[in-house]
This record gives sequence, structure tokens and C-alpha cells, in this order.
Amino acid sequence: MAVAARKAGRVATGTANKSTSTKSSARGAALNTPQFDKNQDLSAYNDMLLIRRFEEKSGQMYGMGLIGGFCHLYIGQEAVVVGMQMATIEGDQLITGYRDHGHMLACGMDAKGVMAELTGRRGGLSKGKGGSMHMFSKEKHFYGGHGIVGAQVSLGTGIAFANHYRENGNVCLTYFGDGAANQGQVYESFNMAQLWKLPVVYVIENNRYAMGTSVSRASAQTDFSKRGVSFGIPGEQVDGMDVRAVYAAGQRAIEHARSGKGPYILEMQTYRYRGHSMSDPAKYRTKDEVARMREEHDPIEQVRRRLLETWKLSEDELKAIDSRVREIVNEAAEFATHDPEPDPSELYTDILL
Amino acid sequence: MAIDILMPALSPTMEQGKLAKWLKKEGDQVKPGDVLAEIETDKATMEVEAIDEGVLAKILVSDGTDNVAVNTPIAILAGEGEDVSAAASKGPAQGGGEPPPAPGPSSPQPAPVPDMQAEGMTDRPAPSSRTESDQPVAQPAAPSVITSRTSYNAMAEIPEGTELVNMTVREALRDAMAEEMRRDGSVLVMGEEVAEYQGAYKVTQGLLQEFGAKRVIDTPITEHGFAGVGVGAAFTGLRPVVEFMTFNFAMQAIDHIINSAAKTLYMSGGQLGAPIVFRGPNGAAARVGAQHSHDYSAWYSNVPGLKVIAPYSASDAKGLLKSAIRDPNPIIFLENEILYGQSFPVPKLDDFTVPIGKARIHREGKDVTIVSFSIGMTYALKAAQELEKEGIDAEVIDLRTIRPMDTETIVASVMKTGRCVTVEEGFPQSGVGAEVAMRIMENAFDYLDAPVVRVTGKDVPMPYAANLEKLALPNVAEVVQAAKAVCYR
Repeated sequence: MAVAARKAGRVATGTANKSTSTKSSARGAALNTPQFDKNQDLSAYNDMLLIRRFEEKSGQMYGMGLIGGFCHLYIGQEAVVVGMQMATIEGDQLITGYRDHGHMLACGMDAKGVMAELTGRRGGLSKGKGGSMHMFSKEKHFYGGHGIVGAQVSLGTGIAFANHYRENGNVCLTYFGDGAANQGQVYESFNMAQLWKLPVVYVIENNRYAMGTSVSRASAQTDFSKRGVSFGIPGEQVDGMDVRAVYAAGQRAIEHARSGKGPYILEMQTYRYRGHSMSDPAKYRTKDEVARMREEHDPIEQVRRRLLETWKLSEDELKAIDSRVREIVNEAAEFATHDPEPDPSELYTDILL
Repeated sequence: MAIDILMPALSPTMEQGKLAKWLKKEGDQVKPGDVLAEIETDKATMEVEAIDEGVLAKILVSDGTDNVAVNTPIAILAGEGEDVSAAASKGPAQGGGEPPPAPGPSSPQPAPVPDMQAEGMTDRPAPSSRTESDQPVAQPAAPSVITSRTSYNAMAEIPEGTELVNMTVREALRDAMAEEMRRDGSVLVMGEEVAEYQGAYKVTQGLLQEFGAKRVIDTPITEHGFAGVGVGAAFTGLRPVVEFMTFNFAMQAIDHIINSAAKTLYMSGGQLGAPIVFRGPNGAAARVGAQHSHDYSAWYSNVPGLKVIAPYSASDAKGLLKSAIRDPNPIIFLENEILYGQSFPVPKLDDFTVPIGKARIHREGKDVTIVSFSIGMTYALKAAQELEKEGIDAEVIDLRTIRPMDTETIVASVMKTGRCVTVEEGFPQSGVGAEVAMRIMENAFDYLDAPVVRVTGKDVPMPYAANLEKLALPNVAEVVQAAKAVCYR
């Protein structure tokens, strides 16, 4: 059975190669990785570090019982959203699933508001009524934060539909994981997006595990960049640990969508260091595998090295960035710990307008 | 101990009334259920029943007295073994002609059957058997608790002298969409076969020709996908009207309707809502089998964050669909295939809307209240005609909106009639009728003269065979029978 499935996968790959218009493997992309200037590296370092430190703090606060329920950390995947966000223009939207803290920080949502939502306090971005998986910001064009795996794909396609309807020139970045990629509505959305040439970029964050199930155990076609082949949607695999590669691919994809050519798929090859959620011990993979990724591919370490070696920043300068970031995160944690819970009267508000 | 018998109220708005007639005289032995007196207002007459045993020691307000304030002691009842003359000489326990405060748990026991509960149910004491810890902590008033008990006047929706034109429900729905699309460029229609085919049931006829393919969009057969696309577009402020060829197919899309559309406003702390209308035929058509005959009224009405509309007449279909498209919330608009071709008078107005959340008293009556909606109204109205021949005057309420439900209109009617029958094609368990009955219990229990009876579709998947399908659906005879049963006839 498994053999048959894998064979079928290979056949599909072969066919796909002929019909995909754009194609480059992650290794191929790495050979001519675009370079960042100093400001881009500094900006990416700062944004990724904020996500890393924020998520570490979230993990701590979860352990202290300050955060309840589900809490899905983005540690390891920071380069994906930061690189993509660098390729957007004002007005471009983003929408994602439940592993959403990084996306919110990357699009400029207030760290205090995010953390206070995690602790269920009144100063949270959803007044404490949404939680980790459900935050939104019209101002930052962030449309959530969705807890149903794959739902954001149809919703993001709808946001792109609205861009198309209004002819506003904006693109919706629709993020989902390798797990969500197996949901039926993803393909319903691909079909409509290509049929109507909607300005949407599907960013598949392939972190190798859908909860505890590895990609090879769940997917007949493990090359997610080819998931749009039968709809004629171009796709490429990207080294999602290298923020420069993400940015360059993001630019290509967004330009394609913005110019009226329809959707584009980016498979971001990334890795989450932590379990699926806080309650996941991640026994489905080896400690070595995680350690190797951290040591050899860490997205933040890559930029840090460039800042030191190429841009000749001193350790002190990096420490200054680090302490500024820690300050933001500590302030957020402080606020989220002491902000009061929502007023009981909030129980019955915001149900209908 | 002597008990004061107080002047009862016939309705929540009644402040005073006439003590028409005493049916017992001083010195009479009285037992629970005995009719003591008759009181009347300009609207109705009611009997005052005893709820305690004893001797009518003294009548304080004599026959024919007008303007007796509600809660004034009208007589004194001497308890078992009590000296009647001593009780009589004591006078009213709370003294004078001043009406005492509304009866509470510790005030003199009111004799009349209707428990006034003048200020609504929130003040009602918990049953004494419940311990303190069982009781819910103080909570904000739930929206289902009614604050007034006046029925809504649907007649006021149409100005006097308005010209009425006959049109089908199908045309009314089409006109509603066309008018709203002319008014607001953010309104669009999407669904299967809505554009070039002119609608699977021809409800969107002519829209493509007038508004073009950008605003009238044929989707692939992809309910889950296009429901999500619609909700995503609505998040940005567009106002999609999403047609399901039938609501049976919306089962594929129900995740987006509930998890994405209904809950996001709450989960976002009020930041992001979805102004979207999901519409299409709901419930049984004819001979289409179990998978195409499901009535989802009760399902959607279970979900906070949705409004659920199920009109019967063409004029309500038009006025409510226009209101639905303008509403900033996600709306489930349940149509009925059999009603599409039926004609009704529709007001000829430039901009006719009907408010969401208001029932309509379709027929006034005093003996029994029949509550229904959508195609259930056809059984209810025919039954009312049959009942009239047998001397039963039925009041028929068309809910029009299932959520939020117009509890006030139902309760005001039941307070008048004391009896209620609900009619729907949906399944009995956890149905709309069950909800109506519960609301009557919560708000008008003491006014009921009989248990509420439900007439529903039978508790079976819809059969295909003509005879079985007929048996599975409600019918006029069942409604008549139920109405007679609650009238004890």
C-alpha cells in the first residue's frame, strides 16, 4: 500500500514537472540566494528575534499556568513570516491558522495585546475572548487566527476575492501548514482562485509534522509546491529557514498575484523546534533531528552570523538589540500578568452587531 | 392565619380592573380551584380561582366595583380552624386601600391563580430545595429574558393606503436582491447556477443581465469552498448573498457558517464581523427523499452569532431579505421551495423592509395560540379556519425570525389565550416548537391552561414513497386535533 502510494507520488511528480511553469528546488534556490543589505538583515534579525523571545516567554508563562488551553509556538519558523512580510506593501492582507503569534508580531500588532490575549485579560487584542488562536487586526490587515485546520484557506481566498472585486491592487497571503494542505477545501479554493485569477499567495509552512504525523506518513504528494498542478497554479519550494530566500520567493509570488495572473504557491521548508502544542512531548522525532536543525539551520543564527561577519557589528551592538527585544517581551508579559480579566458584562457583548 | 386575596392582573400592562361578580359569598367554604369571582377589563374577563382552603371570611371589594387596582386585597380567607369572625374583623393584612407591593416569597399569599411576576423572571426565587452552591453566580441578564410583554404590531410595517400588488415569493426575493444591489455596490450574489442559468429555482432571474458577471457569480459545485470565500469577502466589508441550491448542501459548508461567520465577531472582541446572507430553500420539497428534505431551522437557531429568518409570505420574504442584506451580522435566510410559486400581496413601496426579530400576528383570536413559520403557516392558517367552524377562535403567530425569537409576542398571546400549539415541518427533538414551549414555561407558566403541544415532522428520515412522505409531514388535521386537545375539546 505504502509502496503504491509512493509510486503514485513519483508519477505525479513527473507529470507535474512538465506542467508547472515555475519550478525551483530549495537546493537550487540556495545556490543563488539573494543577498540582503545591512538594513534588511538588521530588520529581519530584529523581527525574528522578537518572535523567538516572545514565544519563549509564552512557553514559560504557559508553564506557570498563566496561559490556558492551547498554545502553539512558532519557534524555528520565524524566517517564513518575517521574510514574506518584507515582500508586502501596505494594504496586503495575511491570514493563518492557529500557530499565529509570529504572524501577528510580524505585521506589527502590539506584543502586549497579543500576550494579554494569551492570558485571557481585558487588554488582549480580542478583549480576552478569543485566546491564542483567535486574534485579528483590521488596521494591520491581519484576518486571524483560525482554529479549524484549513478554514483560513477558503477565507483567505475570499479576502483575495474582495481585492479582485474592489480592484485595489492588494494581495492576500494565506498561510497554512503541511497538515492543512490535505483538507478538501484547500483544493476547492485553489480551483476558484485560479478560475477567477484571484490575487492570493498560498504559503504552505511545511514544518514536517502535522501534529505528530510526519509528512511522508500523511501525504501522497510530499512536494507541496506541486499541489496546485492540476489547477495550473505555479509553485516553488523555498528554504524557509533562510529569510533571504523567503523574501525573494515572496516577491516573485506576490508580483505574480498582484499583476493579475492569479494565485501562487510557496512551499516553505521549515521546522518547528517545539511540540505541536505545549502538551506535545514530540516523541515522534529524535532529539538529534531537532538539535541538527537548530545548530545548522537556525534562521536567526544565520542572520546573526552575517551581522557579525559581513556587516561587522560588534557583540555589544547585537546585545543591545537583544535587550531591547527582551524589554518589549518583558513588558508584554508584565502587562499580561497584571491586566485584569474581562468584566463579567463582556460575556454578552460582541455576539451581534 | 388569615390570607388576603389580591386583585389579579390579566396582563402585564393591566393596572386596574372591574370586580364584576362574586361567585362565593361570605361564610362559604372554599377549596383550591373554586372560582371565587370574575374580573374584567376592556379587553377580557377572567375568573379568580382559590388556591387555598378555608372560609371566605370577608369580602372587601363588592360586586361591580370599577377601577380596582391590581394587588389590592379584595377578600380575606380564614385558614383551617381559624375563627372566621376574628379573621374578618382584622381587615386586610396590609391595611387600607393602598395596593401592597407585588407579591414576593414573603408577602401574603396571593389567591388568584395568575402569578403576577410583574418584573420578569430574573427576580424569581430559586426553588428552596436548591442549595446556595447550586445556584448560578450573579450573571448579566441573558437576552432571552423578556423585559416587556407587548405583542409587536406588524400592521404598522405598511403605511395605511399603500397599494398592494400580487407577486410570488420567488419574485419578491429576486426584487429584494435587485433593489439592494442597486442601492449598494458592495452587495453581490454568488452560488451554483445563480447567473447564466438564472437560478436553479429561478430566484436570481435577471440579476446577471442587470448587474453583470462581476456581481452575480456562478461558482463551481464547491459549497465548503465558496461559503468560506463568501465569509472571507465579508470580513473585508463586502456583502455577499450566498445562495445554496438547497440548505441540504450547506451541510458541506456548515463549518464556515458557524465557526467562521457566527463566532468571529465574538472571538475578535467585536473587531471583525461578517455581513453575509446565506440563503436558499430549506426543508422538504416533494418526493426528493431524505437527503434533500431536511429542515435546518432548529439547527441554525441554536447558534449565538447568527440570525435565522424563515419567512412565509412574499411580502415578508422581500422585506426581510432586504433587512438581512443590510444587517451587519451573518444571516441564515431559510426559504421554502413549495412557497416559491405562491402569490401574496406585497406593498408597492420604493423601499419596503421588515424588521428582523419580530413575529407577526397573522390572525387574531382568543382561544388558542398557534405558533408557526415558513411553510408551517399553511397548516396553521388552514387549521384556524377549520377551528373557527367548530367555535374555536385561534390566534396564529408567524414567527418570521427564528433567532432572535420574538418571545414577547408569543407570551403576550399565550397570556391572552392560555393555550398554545406549535407547528413546524422539522423534527420534534430540540426543535423550534420545543424552544417555543420552553419560553412559554419560563415567561407565562401560570397563564397556561393546558400543556403546550407540538405538531412537527415525524421523527424519521424523510421517506420517498408518496404515502409515507405524506405521513411524515405535519398536516392540517393534526393541527386541528392539537388545538382542540389544548382547549379540552
